[in-house]
Amino acid sequence: MATTETMTLNMGPQHPSTHGVLRLVLELDGEVIVKVTPHIGFLHRGVEKLAEHRTYHQILPLTDRLDYLAPMSNNLGYILAVEKLMAVEVPERAETIRIIMAELTRLESHLVWLACHALDIGAMTVFIYAFRERETVMETYELISGARMTSNFFRVGGLSQDVPEEFVKKVSDFIDSMPGYLDQYEGLLTTNPIWLKRTVGNGVISADDAIDIGITGPALRGSGVDWDLRRDNPYSGYDKYQFKVPVGENCDTFDRYKVRLVEMREACKIVRQALDKLKPGPVLADCPQVCYPPKENVYNSIEGLIHHFKIASEGFYAPEGEVYQGVEAPKGELGFYLVSDGGNKPERMRIRPPSFVNLQAIEKMSVGSMIADLVAVIGTLDIVLGEIDR
Amino acid sequence: MAENNRAVLKLKEKFTTSIIDVVEFRGEVTVTVAKDAIIEILSFLKQSLQYNLLTDLTAVDYLGKKEERFMMVYLLYSIPNKDRLRIKTPVAEVDCRIPTASTVWKTANWLEREVYDLFGITFDGHPDLRRILMTDDWVGHPLRKDYPLQGPDREPYKGRLS
Repeated sequence: MATTETMTLNMGPQHPSTHGVLRLVLELDGEVIVKVTPHIGFLHRGVEKLAEHRTYHQILPLTDRLDYLAPMSNNLGYILAVEKLMAVEVPERAETIRIIMAELTRLESHLVWLACHALDIGAMTVFIYAFRERETVMETYELISGARMTSNFFRVGGLSQDVPEEFVKKVSDFIDSMPGYLDQYEGLLTTNPIWLKRTVGNGVISADDAIDIGITGPALRGSGVDWDLRRDNPYSGYDKYQFKVPVGENCDTFDRYKVRLVEMREACKIVRQALDKLKPGPVLADCPQVCYPPKENVYNSIEGLIHHFKIASEGFYAPEGEVYQGVEAPKGELGFYLVSDGGNKPERMRIRPPSFVNLQAIEKMSVGSMIADLVAVIGTLDIVLGEIDR
Repeated sequence: MAENNRAVLKLKEKFTTSIIDVVEFRGEVTVTVAKDAIIEILSFLKQSLQYNLLTDLTAVDYLGKKEERFMMVYLLYSIPNKDRLRIKTPVAEVDCRIPTASTVWKTANWLEREVYDLFGITFDGHPDLRRILMTDDWVGHPLRKDYPLQGPDREPYKGRLS
Protein backbone atom coordinates (compact mmCIF):
# COMPACT_ATOMS: atom_id res chain seq x y z
CA MET A 1 0.00 0.00 0.00
CA ALA A 2 1.19 3.46 -0.85
CA THR A 3 1.98 5.76 2.04
CA THR A 4 1.78 9.53 1.99
CA GLU A 5 3.61 12.06 4.04
CA THR A 6 2.96 15.72 4.68
CA MET A 7 4.88 18.41 2.89
CA THR A 8 6.24 21.63 4.37
CA LEU A 9 5.80 24.69 2.23
CA ASN A 10 7.05 28.18 2.89
CA MET A 11 4.73 31.06 1.97
CA GLY A 12 6.12 34.59 2.15
CA PRO A 13 7.54 36.89 3.42
CA GLN A 14 7.64 38.10 -0.19
CA HIS A 15 4.28 36.89 -1.37
CA PRO A 16 1.65 39.13 -2.94
CA SER A 17 -1.27 37.78 -0.97
CA THR A 18 0.28 37.88 2.49
CA HIS A 19 -0.33 41.64 2.55
CA GLY A 20 3.15 42.62 3.61
CA VAL A 21 5.99 40.70 5.12
CA LEU A 22 4.13 37.84 6.69
CA ARG A 23 5.76 34.44 6.46
CA LEU A 24 3.68 31.32 6.87
CA VAL A 25 5.15 27.87 7.19
CA LEU A 26 2.50 25.45 6.02
CA GLU A 27 2.28 21.75 6.57
CA LEU A 28 0.26 20.25 3.76
CA ASP A 29 -1.37 16.92 3.14
CA GLY A 30 -1.72 17.18 -0.62
CA GLU A 31 -3.52 20.50 -0.95
CA VAL A 32 -5.12 20.36 2.50
CA ILE A 33 -3.60 22.44 5.29
CA VAL A 34 -2.59 20.47 8.38
CA LYS A 35 -0.74 23.18 10.27
CA VAL A 36 0.02 26.87 9.85
CA THR A 37 2.89 28.54 11.67
CA PRO A 38 3.04 32.31 11.16
CA HIS A 39 6.39 34.05 11.51
CA ILE A 40 6.21 37.78 12.09
CA GLY A 41 8.56 40.57 13.11
CA PHE A 42 10.16 41.42 9.77
CA LEU A 43 8.92 44.99 10.07
CA HIS A 44 9.68 45.46 13.77
CA ARG A 45 10.82 49.04 14.33
CA GLY A 46 10.59 49.17 18.11
CA VAL A 47 7.95 51.89 18.27
CA GLU A 48 7.17 51.12 21.91
CA LYS A 49 10.83 51.44 22.87
CA LEU A 50 11.24 54.64 20.86
CA ALA A 51 8.19 56.13 22.55
CA GLU A 52 9.88 55.89 25.94
CA HIS A 53 12.50 58.33 24.68
CA ARG A 54 10.19 60.89 23.06
CA THR A 55 7.95 63.57 24.52
CA TYR A 56 4.23 63.07 24.17
CA HIS A 57 4.01 65.37 21.15
CA GLN A 58 6.96 63.69 19.45
CA ILE A 59 5.37 60.23 19.65
CA LEU A 60 2.45 61.23 17.42
CA PRO A 61 4.30 60.86 14.08
CA LEU A 62 5.35 57.35 15.09
CA THR A 63 1.75 56.25 15.42
CA ASP A 64 0.57 56.80 11.86
CA ARG A 65 3.30 54.45 10.67
CA LEU A 66 1.68 51.56 12.51
CA ASP A 67 -1.39 50.84 10.45
CA TYR A 68 -0.33 52.84 7.43
CA LEU A 69 -3.64 52.12 5.70
CA ALA A 70 -5.55 53.92 8.45
CA PRO A 71 -3.18 56.58 9.82
CA MET A 72 -5.82 58.88 11.28
CA SER A 73 -7.33 56.10 13.41
CA ASN A 74 -3.93 55.48 14.96
CA ASN A 75 -3.44 59.18 15.60
CA LEU A 76 -6.88 59.36 17.16
CA GLY A 77 -6.27 56.45 19.54
CA TYR A 78 -2.98 57.88 20.75
CA ILE A 79 -4.25 61.44 21.07
CA LEU A 80 -7.29 60.33 23.06
CA ALA A 81 -5.09 58.35 25.45
CA VAL A 82 -2.86 61.39 26.08
CA GLU A 83 -5.89 63.63 26.48
CA LYS A 84 -7.33 61.22 29.02
CA LEU A 85 -4.04 61.24 30.91
CA MET A 86 -3.86 65.03 30.88
CA ALA A 87 -7.64 65.51 31.32
CA VAL A 88 -7.82 67.93 28.38
CA GLU A 89 -11.21 68.93 26.99
CA VAL A 90 -11.31 69.20 23.20
CA PRO A 91 -13.39 71.89 21.41
CA GLU A 92 -16.45 70.63 19.57
CA ARG A 93 -15.26 71.58 16.09
CA ALA A 94 -12.05 69.62 16.56
CA GLU A 95 -14.01 66.59 17.78
CA THR A 96 -16.34 66.72 14.80
CA ILE A 97 -13.48 66.99 12.29
CA ARG A 98 -11.76 64.09 14.04
CA ILE A 99 -14.87 61.97 13.58
CA ILE A 100 -15.13 62.92 9.90
CA MET A 101 -11.51 61.93 9.37
CA ALA A 102 -11.78 58.75 11.44
CA GLU A 103 -14.75 57.60 9.36
CA LEU A 104 -13.09 58.56 6.07
CA THR A 105 -10.13 56.53 7.27
CA ARG A 106 -12.43 53.60 7.91
CA LEU A 107 -13.68 53.93 4.33
CA GLU A 108 -10.12 54.15 3.06
CA SER A 109 -8.97 51.11 4.99
CA HIS A 110 -12.01 49.06 4.02
CA LEU A 111 -11.54 50.06 0.37
CA VAL A 112 -7.99 48.72 0.43
CA TRP A 113 -9.23 45.60 2.19
CA LEU A 114 -11.95 45.07 -0.42
CA ALA A 115 -9.59 45.75 -3.30
CA CYS A 116 -6.87 43.36 -2.13
CA HIS A 117 -9.25 40.71 -0.86
CA ALA A 118 -11.06 40.64 -4.20
CA LEU A 119 -7.81 40.67 -6.15
CA ASP A 120 -6.49 37.75 -4.11
CA ILE A 121 -9.57 35.74 -5.00
CA GLY A 122 -9.37 36.77 -8.64
CA ALA A 123 -11.72 39.72 -9.06
CA MET A 124 -9.44 42.32 -10.56
CA THR A 125 -12.02 44.92 -11.58
CA VAL A 126 -13.00 45.65 -7.96
CA PHE A 127 -9.36 46.32 -7.16
CA ILE A 128 -9.14 49.06 -9.77
CA TYR A 129 -12.48 50.59 -8.76
CA ALA A 130 -11.80 50.62 -5.03
CA PHE A 131 -8.39 52.23 -5.45
CA ARG A 132 -10.02 54.95 -7.54
CA GLU A 133 -12.27 55.91 -4.61
CA ARG A 134 -9.44 55.58 -2.12
CA GLU A 135 -7.59 58.21 -4.09
CA THR A 136 -10.28 60.76 -3.15
CA VAL A 137 -9.73 60.05 0.52
CA MET A 138 -6.00 60.45 0.03
CA GLU A 139 -6.59 63.78 -1.67
CA THR A 140 -8.66 64.87 1.32
CA TYR A 141 -5.75 63.90 3.55
CA GLU A 142 -3.42 65.92 1.40
CA LEU A 143 -5.79 68.86 1.44
CA ILE A 144 -5.87 69.14 5.21
CA SER A 145 -2.48 67.84 6.30
CA GLY A 146 -0.22 68.03 3.25
CA ALA A 147 0.55 64.31 3.33
CA ARG A 148 -1.25 61.47 1.64
CA MET A 149 -0.53 58.76 4.17
CA THR A 150 1.41 59.86 7.23
CA SER A 151 -1.05 62.59 8.06
CA ASN A 152 0.05 63.59 11.58
CA PHE A 153 -2.86 66.01 11.61
CA PHE A 154 -4.32 65.71 15.11
CA ARG A 155 -2.69 67.32 18.11
CA VAL A 156 -3.09 66.82 21.82
CA GLY A 157 -6.01 69.15 22.56
CA GLY A 158 -7.39 69.40 19.04
CA LEU A 159 -6.00 69.69 15.52
CA SER A 160 -2.79 71.06 14.08
CA GLN A 161 -4.80 73.62 12.07
CA ASP A 162 -8.31 74.27 10.86
CA VAL A 163 -9.44 72.63 7.63
CA PRO A 164 -9.47 74.72 4.42
CA GLU A 165 -12.73 75.97 2.91
CA GLU A 166 -12.87 73.37 0.11
CA PHE A 167 -12.83 70.57 2.66
CA VAL A 168 -16.57 70.42 3.35
CA LYS A 169 -17.51 70.34 -0.32
CA LYS A 170 -14.91 67.72 -1.17
CA VAL A 171 -15.98 65.40 1.63
CA SER A 172 -19.65 66.04 0.95
CA ASP A 173 -19.33 65.16 -2.75
CA PHE A 174 -17.39 62.04 -1.92
CA ILE A 175 -19.94 60.87 0.64
CA ASP A 176 -22.78 61.47 -1.83
CA SER A 177 -21.14 59.40 -4.53
CA MET A 178 -19.89 56.60 -2.28
CA PRO A 179 -23.18 54.63 -1.92
CA GLY A 180 -23.36 54.41 -5.71
CA TYR A 181 -19.83 53.04 -5.86
CA LEU A 182 -20.66 50.55 -3.12
CA ASP A 183 -23.61 49.37 -5.22
CA GLN A 184 -21.16 48.90 -8.06
CA TYR A 185 -18.86 46.71 -5.94
CA GLU A 186 -21.80 44.73 -4.66
CA GLY A 187 -23.03 44.28 -8.21
CA LEU A 188 -19.67 42.81 -9.08
CA LEU A 189 -19.33 40.57 -6.05
CA THR A 190 -22.32 39.86 -3.83
CA THR A 191 -24.13 37.57 -6.26
CA ASN A 192 -21.11 36.57 -8.28
CA PRO A 193 -21.01 32.73 -8.27
CA ILE A 194 -17.20 32.61 -8.17
CA TRP A 195 -17.08 35.04 -5.26
CA LEU A 196 -19.74 33.03 -3.41
CA LYS A 197 -17.89 29.75 -4.01
CA ARG A 198 -14.71 31.21 -2.59
CA THR A 199 -16.18 32.98 0.45
CA VAL A 200 -19.30 31.18 1.68
CA GLY A 201 -18.28 28.65 4.32
CA ASN A 202 -14.64 29.74 4.19
CA GLY A 203 -12.73 30.57 7.38
CA VAL A 204 -15.55 29.77 9.78
CA ILE A 205 -14.94 30.73 13.40
CA SER A 206 -17.64 30.60 16.06
CA ALA A 207 -18.39 33.57 18.31
CA ASP A 208 -17.03 31.80 21.40
CA ASP A 209 -13.78 30.86 19.70
CA ALA A 210 -13.43 34.34 18.28
CA ILE A 211 -13.77 35.93 21.71
CA ASP A 212 -11.41 33.37 23.22
CA ILE A 213 -8.76 34.23 20.65
CA GLY A 214 -9.47 37.91 21.19
CA ILE A 215 -10.64 38.89 17.70
CA THR A 216 -12.17 42.36 17.61
CA GLY A 217 -13.74 44.66 15.05
CA PRO A 218 -15.57 43.60 11.89
CA ALA A 219 -14.06 40.12 12.04
CA LEU A 220 -15.76 39.56 15.41
CA ARG A 221 -19.03 41.11 14.27
CA GLY A 222 -19.01 38.77 11.30
CA SER A 223 -19.23 35.96 13.85
CA GLY A 224 -22.42 37.44 15.26
CA VAL A 225 -21.13 39.38 18.29
CA ASP A 226 -22.94 42.69 18.50
CA TRP A 227 -20.19 44.86 19.93
CA ASP A 228 -18.74 48.10 18.69
CA LEU A 229 -16.64 50.42 20.85
CA ARG A 230 -18.02 53.49 19.10
CA ARG A 231 -21.48 52.63 20.37
CA ASP A 232 -20.75 50.74 23.59
CA ASN A 233 -17.90 52.77 25.06
CA PRO A 234 -18.24 56.01 23.07
CA TYR A 235 -15.21 58.26 22.72
CA SER A 236 -14.64 61.56 20.97
CA GLY A 237 -18.38 62.30 20.95
CA TYR A 238 -19.57 59.22 19.03
CA ASP A 239 -22.59 59.03 21.34
CA LYS A 240 -24.09 61.99 19.44
CA TYR A 241 -24.31 60.07 16.17
CA GLN A 242 -26.84 57.54 14.95
CA PHE A 243 -25.52 54.52 13.15
CA LYS A 244 -26.23 50.81 12.86
CA VAL A 245 -23.77 48.13 13.87
CA PRO A 246 -23.96 45.33 11.30
CA VAL A 247 -23.66 41.76 12.55
CA GLY A 248 -23.11 38.54 10.61
CA GLU A 249 -24.68 35.14 11.16
CA ASN A 250 -22.69 32.41 9.50
CA CYS A 251 -19.24 33.37 10.86
CA ASP A 252 -17.67 32.95 7.42
CA THR A 253 -15.72 35.11 5.01
CA PHE A 254 -18.85 36.13 3.13
CA ASP A 255 -20.50 37.45 6.29
CA ARG A 256 -17.41 39.41 7.22
CA TYR A 257 -17.49 40.85 3.71
CA LYS A 258 -21.10 41.92 4.14
CA VAL A 259 -20.44 43.39 7.59
CA ARG A 260 -17.61 45.54 6.24
CA LEU A 261 -19.69 46.75 3.31
CA VAL A 262 -22.53 47.83 5.61
CA GLU A 263 -19.95 49.48 7.85
CA MET A 264 -18.81 51.54 4.88
CA ARG A 265 -22.36 52.71 4.22
CA GLU A 266 -22.77 53.57 7.91
CA ALA A 267 -19.48 55.45 7.87
CA CYS A 268 -20.89 57.63 5.07
CA LYS A 269 -23.95 58.36 7.23
CA ILE A 270 -21.78 59.31 10.22
CA VAL A 271 -19.73 61.67 8.07
CA ARG A 272 -22.92 63.25 6.73
CA GLN A 273 -24.22 63.84 10.28
CA ALA A 274 -20.85 65.26 11.30
CA LEU A 275 -20.78 67.63 8.32
CA ASP A 276 -24.23 68.90 9.31
CA LYS A 277 -22.99 69.52 12.84
CA LEU A 278 -19.82 71.31 11.80
CA LYS A 279 -19.87 74.85 13.25
CA PRO A 280 -17.12 77.46 13.15
CA GLY A 281 -15.06 77.66 16.32
CA PRO A 282 -11.67 76.97 17.81
CA VAL A 283 -9.90 73.73 16.87
CA LEU A 284 -7.43 73.65 19.75
CA ALA A 285 -8.14 73.54 23.48
CA ASP A 286 -7.26 76.58 25.55
CA CYS A 287 -4.67 74.77 27.60
CA PRO A 288 -1.24 76.41 27.15
CA GLN A 289 0.59 73.96 29.42
CA VAL A 290 -0.17 71.13 27.00
CA CYS A 291 -1.08 72.50 23.57
CA TYR A 292 0.95 74.19 20.89
CA PRO A 293 0.09 77.89 20.40
CA PRO A 294 -1.73 78.92 17.20
CA LYS A 295 0.71 79.45 14.33
CA GLU A 296 -0.04 83.19 13.91
CA ASN A 297 1.12 83.76 17.52
CA VAL A 298 4.35 81.88 16.84
CA TYR A 299 5.11 84.02 13.81
CA ASN A 300 4.04 87.36 15.22
CA SER A 301 4.82 87.47 18.94
CA ILE A 302 7.86 86.64 21.05
CA GLU A 303 5.67 85.04 23.74
CA GLY A 304 4.12 82.75 21.15
CA LEU A 305 7.54 81.76 19.86
CA ILE A 306 8.81 80.99 23.37
CA HIS A 307 5.66 79.02 24.07
CA HIS A 308 6.11 77.02 20.88
CA PHE A 309 9.77 76.39 21.63
CA LYS A 310 8.99 75.16 25.13
CA ILE A 311 6.27 72.78 24.00
CA ALA A 312 8.37 71.50 21.09
CA SER A 313 11.56 70.94 23.08
CA GLU A 314 10.51 70.09 26.60
CA GLY A 315 6.93 69.05 26.05
CA PHE A 316 4.65 68.82 29.04
CA TYR A 317 4.77 66.85 32.26
CA ALA A 318 2.01 64.30 32.72
CA PRO A 319 0.60 63.40 36.13
CA GLU A 320 1.63 60.06 37.58
CA GLY A 321 -0.81 57.35 36.61
CA GLU A 322 -1.83 55.03 33.84
CA VAL A 323 -4.57 55.14 31.25
CA TYR A 324 -5.84 52.91 28.48
CA GLN A 325 -7.84 54.17 25.55
CA GLY A 326 -9.30 51.81 22.99
CA VAL A 327 -10.79 52.99 19.73
CA GLU A 328 -12.72 51.12 17.06
CA ALA A 329 -10.10 51.22 14.33
CA PRO A 330 -11.09 49.77 10.92
CA LYS A 331 -9.37 46.49 11.79
CA GLY A 332 -10.57 46.08 15.35
CA GLU A 333 -9.87 47.49 18.77
CA LEU A 334 -6.76 49.62 18.71
CA GLY A 335 -5.63 50.55 22.19
CA PHE A 336 -2.96 52.74 23.69
CA TYR A 337 -1.85 52.07 27.24
CA LEU A 338 0.25 54.84 28.72
CA VAL A 339 2.11 54.63 32.02
CA SER A 340 3.39 57.94 33.29
CA ASP A 341 5.84 58.43 36.16
CA GLY A 342 5.27 62.19 36.22
CA GLY A 343 7.83 62.99 33.53
CA ASN A 344 7.54 64.51 30.07
CA LYS A 345 8.01 61.12 28.41
CA PRO A 346 5.93 58.03 29.04
CA GLU A 347 7.43 55.38 31.27
CA ARG A 348 5.83 52.83 28.97
CA MET A 349 3.63 53.01 25.94
CA ARG A 350 1.90 49.86 24.90
CA ILE A 351 0.05 49.59 21.62
CA ARG A 352 -2.69 47.01 21.50
CA PRO A 353 -2.64 46.14 17.80
CA PRO A 354 -5.85 44.64 16.43
CA SER A 355 -4.14 42.85 13.54
CA PHE A 356 -1.62 41.12 15.81
CA VAL A 357 -4.34 39.56 17.91
CA ASN A 358 -6.60 38.81 14.94
CA LEU A 359 -3.81 37.05 13.07
CA GLN A 360 -3.66 34.46 15.85
CA ALA A 361 -6.92 33.06 14.51
CA ILE A 362 -5.38 32.10 11.18
CA GLU A 363 -4.63 28.56 12.31
CA LYS A 364 -8.13 28.02 13.66
CA MET A 365 -9.70 29.40 10.48
CA SER A 366 -7.63 27.62 7.87
CA VAL A 367 -6.65 24.15 9.13
CA GLY A 368 -8.52 21.51 7.15
CA SER A 369 -9.17 23.73 4.15
CA MET A 370 -7.33 23.95 0.85
CA ILE A 371 -4.24 26.07 0.44
CA ALA A 372 -6.07 28.40 -1.97
CA ASP A 373 -8.60 29.16 0.76
CA LEU A 374 -5.81 30.34 3.04
CA VAL A 375 -5.43 33.34 0.76
CA ALA A 376 -9.09 34.20 1.33
CA VAL A 377 -8.60 33.82 5.10
CA ILE A 378 -5.65 36.22 5.10
CA GLY A 379 -7.76 38.67 3.12
CA THR A 380 -10.77 38.43 5.39
CA LEU A 381 -8.71 38.95 8.55
CA ASP A 382 -7.63 42.30 7.08
CA ILE A 383 -4.18 42.45 8.60
CA VAL A 384 -1.50 45.05 8.09
CA LEU A 385 2.02 44.13 9.04
CA GLY A 386 3.12 47.60 10.07
CA GLU A 387 0.82 47.26 13.01
CA ILE A 388 1.56 43.63 13.81
CA ASP A 389 5.31 44.14 14.00
CA ARG A 390 5.28 47.71 15.31
CA MET B 1 -15.59 55.00 42.97
CA ALA B 2 -13.22 52.06 42.81
CA GLU B 3 -14.63 50.55 46.01
CA ASN B 4 -18.05 50.18 44.43
CA ASN B 5 -16.81 48.55 41.24
CA ARG B 6 -18.63 45.24 40.81
CA ALA B 7 -15.42 43.29 40.34
CA VAL B 8 -13.55 44.95 43.20
CA LEU B 9 -16.37 44.12 45.63
CA LYS B 10 -16.34 40.44 44.65
CA LEU B 11 -12.56 40.19 44.57
CA LYS B 12 -12.25 41.72 48.04
CA GLU B 13 -14.77 39.24 49.32
CA LYS B 14 -13.21 36.17 47.78
CA PHE B 15 -9.47 36.92 47.62
CA THR B 16 -9.03 39.14 50.68
CA THR B 17 -5.41 38.21 51.30
CA SER B 18 -4.25 38.39 47.69
CA ILE B 19 -5.32 41.96 46.94
CA ILE B 20 -2.40 44.36 47.30
CA ASP B 21 -3.89 47.60 46.04
CA VAL B 22 -6.95 49.10 44.36
CA VAL B 23 -6.55 52.37 42.45
CA GLU B 24 -8.90 54.46 40.39
CA PHE B 25 -7.42 56.98 37.96
CA ARG B 26 -9.42 58.82 35.26
CA GLY B 27 -12.31 56.42 35.78
CA GLU B 28 -10.21 53.29 35.23
CA VAL B 29 -9.95 50.72 37.98
CA THR B 30 -6.66 48.93 38.54
CA VAL B 31 -6.35 46.06 40.98
CA THR B 32 -2.89 44.87 41.98
CA VAL B 33 -2.83 41.29 43.19
CA ALA B 34 -0.25 38.80 44.43
CA LYS B 35 1.50 36.71 41.79
CA ASP B 36 0.65 33.30 43.24
CA ALA B 37 -3.11 33.90 42.97
CA ILE B 38 -3.10 35.46 39.49
CA ILE B 39 -4.49 32.56 37.46
CA GLU B 40 -7.12 31.81 40.06
CA ILE B 41 -8.25 35.44 40.03
CA LEU B 42 -8.25 35.69 36.23
CA SER B 43 -10.29 32.50 35.89
CA PHE B 44 -12.72 33.72 38.53
CA LEU B 45 -13.15 37.03 36.69
CA LYS B 46 -13.75 35.22 33.42
CA GLN B 47 -16.08 32.51 34.72
CA SER B 48 -18.11 34.37 37.35
CA LEU B 49 -17.95 38.04 36.38
CA GLN B 50 -18.17 37.73 32.58
CA TYR B 51 -14.84 39.37 31.78
CA ASN B 52 -14.73 37.23 28.66
CA LEU B 53 -12.29 39.21 26.50
CA LEU B 54 -8.61 39.58 27.30
CA THR B 55 -7.99 42.85 25.51
CA ASP B 56 -4.32 43.08 26.25
CA LEU B 57 -1.53 41.54 28.22
CA THR B 58 1.75 43.32 28.67
CA ALA B 59 4.48 44.20 31.15
CA VAL B 60 6.15 47.32 32.48
CA ASP B 61 9.78 47.54 33.56
CA TYR B 62 10.27 49.64 36.73
CA LEU B 63 14.05 49.22 36.91
CA GLY B 64 15.34 51.03 40.01
CA LYS B 65 11.93 52.51 40.75
CA LYS B 66 10.15 49.67 42.48
CA GLU B 67 11.24 46.83 44.68
CA GLU B 68 9.94 44.23 42.27
CA ARG B 69 11.21 45.11 38.84
CA PHE B 70 8.44 44.00 36.48
CA MET B 71 4.72 44.51 36.58
CA MET B 72 2.50 42.23 34.52
CA VAL B 73 -0.63 43.97 33.26
CA TYR B 74 -3.82 42.18 32.20
CA LEU B 75 -6.50 44.29 30.61
CA LEU B 76 -9.89 42.64 30.73
CA TYR B 77 -13.12 43.58 29.02
CA SER B 78 -16.60 42.27 29.53
CA ILE B 79 -18.60 42.21 26.30
CA PRO B 80 -21.95 41.63 28.11
CA ASN B 81 -21.34 44.43 30.64
CA LYS B 82 -19.20 46.72 28.47
CA ASP B 83 -16.70 47.54 31.21
CA ARG B 84 -12.97 47.25 31.66
CA LEU B 85 -10.80 46.09 34.52
CA ARG B 86 -7.04 46.16 34.81
CA ILE B 87 -5.29 43.52 36.87
CA LYS B 88 -1.63 43.94 37.70
CA THR B 89 0.80 41.70 39.46
CA PRO B 90 4.44 42.33 40.37
CA VAL B 91 7.16 39.97 39.13
CA ALA B 92 10.60 40.09 40.78
CA GLU B 93 13.76 40.01 38.66
CA VAL B 94 15.27 37.13 40.66
CA ASP B 95 12.25 34.93 40.01
CA CYS B 96 11.33 36.16 36.56
CA ARG B 97 8.48 33.78 35.83
CA ILE B 98 4.71 33.63 36.11
CA PRO B 99 2.08 31.00 35.26
CA THR B 100 0.63 31.33 31.78
CA ALA B 101 -2.79 32.87 31.21
CA SER B 102 -3.17 31.03 27.91
CA THR B 103 -5.06 28.34 29.82
CA VAL B 104 -7.73 30.95 30.53
CA TRP B 105 -7.75 32.83 27.21
CA LYS B 106 -6.14 31.69 23.95
CA THR B 107 -5.38 35.37 23.24
CA ALA B 108 -2.62 35.18 25.83
CA ASN B 109 -0.59 32.80 23.66
CA TRP B 110 1.00 35.37 21.35
CA LEU B 111 0.79 38.24 23.81
CA GLU B 112 2.82 36.24 26.32
CA ARG B 113 5.30 35.29 23.64
CA GLU B 114 5.76 38.98 22.99
CA VAL B 115 6.33 39.74 26.68
CA TYR B 116 8.80 36.85 26.84
CA ASP B 117 10.57 38.16 23.78
CA LEU B 118 10.78 41.83 24.75
CA PHE B 119 10.96 41.62 28.55
CA GLY B 120 12.36 38.18 29.24
CA ILE B 121 9.63 37.03 31.59
CA THR B 122 9.08 33.26 31.41
CA PHE B 123 5.57 31.87 31.37
CA ASP B 124 5.23 28.50 33.07
CA GLY B 125 3.03 26.06 31.19
CA HIS B 126 2.95 28.09 27.97
CA PRO B 127 2.34 25.80 24.97
CA ASP B 128 4.80 27.44 22.56
CA LEU B 129 7.16 29.87 24.28
CA ARG B 130 9.36 31.21 21.48
CA ARG B 131 10.47 34.68 20.50
CA ILE B 132 7.91 36.32 18.23
CA LEU B 133 9.08 39.74 17.00
CA MET B 134 12.86 39.38 17.31
CA THR B 135 14.79 36.59 15.61
CA ASP B 136 15.30 33.32 17.47
CA ASP B 137 18.99 33.95 18.05
CA TRP B 138 18.58 37.48 19.40
CA VAL B 139 20.44 38.26 22.61
CA GLY B 140 18.72 40.41 25.22
CA HIS B 141 15.23 41.77 25.68
CA PRO B 142 14.74 45.12 23.94
CA LEU B 143 11.98 46.61 26.07
CA ARG B 144 13.96 46.28 29.28
CA LYS B 145 15.06 49.66 30.57
CA ASP B 146 18.73 48.62 30.67
CA TYR B 147 18.69 47.66 26.98
CA PRO B 148 20.19 50.56 25.00
CA LEU B 149 17.88 52.45 22.65
CA GLN B 150 20.41 52.31 19.83
CA GLY B 151 20.76 48.58 20.20
CA PRO B 152 23.73 46.58 21.47
CA ASP B 153 27.35 47.28 20.44
CA ARG B 154 26.74 50.89 19.51
CA GLU B 155 27.76 54.16 21.08
CA PRO B 156 24.77 55.63 22.88
CA TYR B 157 23.41 58.71 21.15
CA LYS B 158 24.56 61.81 23.04
CA GLY B 159 21.98 64.21 21.60
CA ARG B 160 19.05 65.54 23.52
CA LEU B 161 16.93 62.47 22.96
CA SER B 162 19.19 60.10 24.89
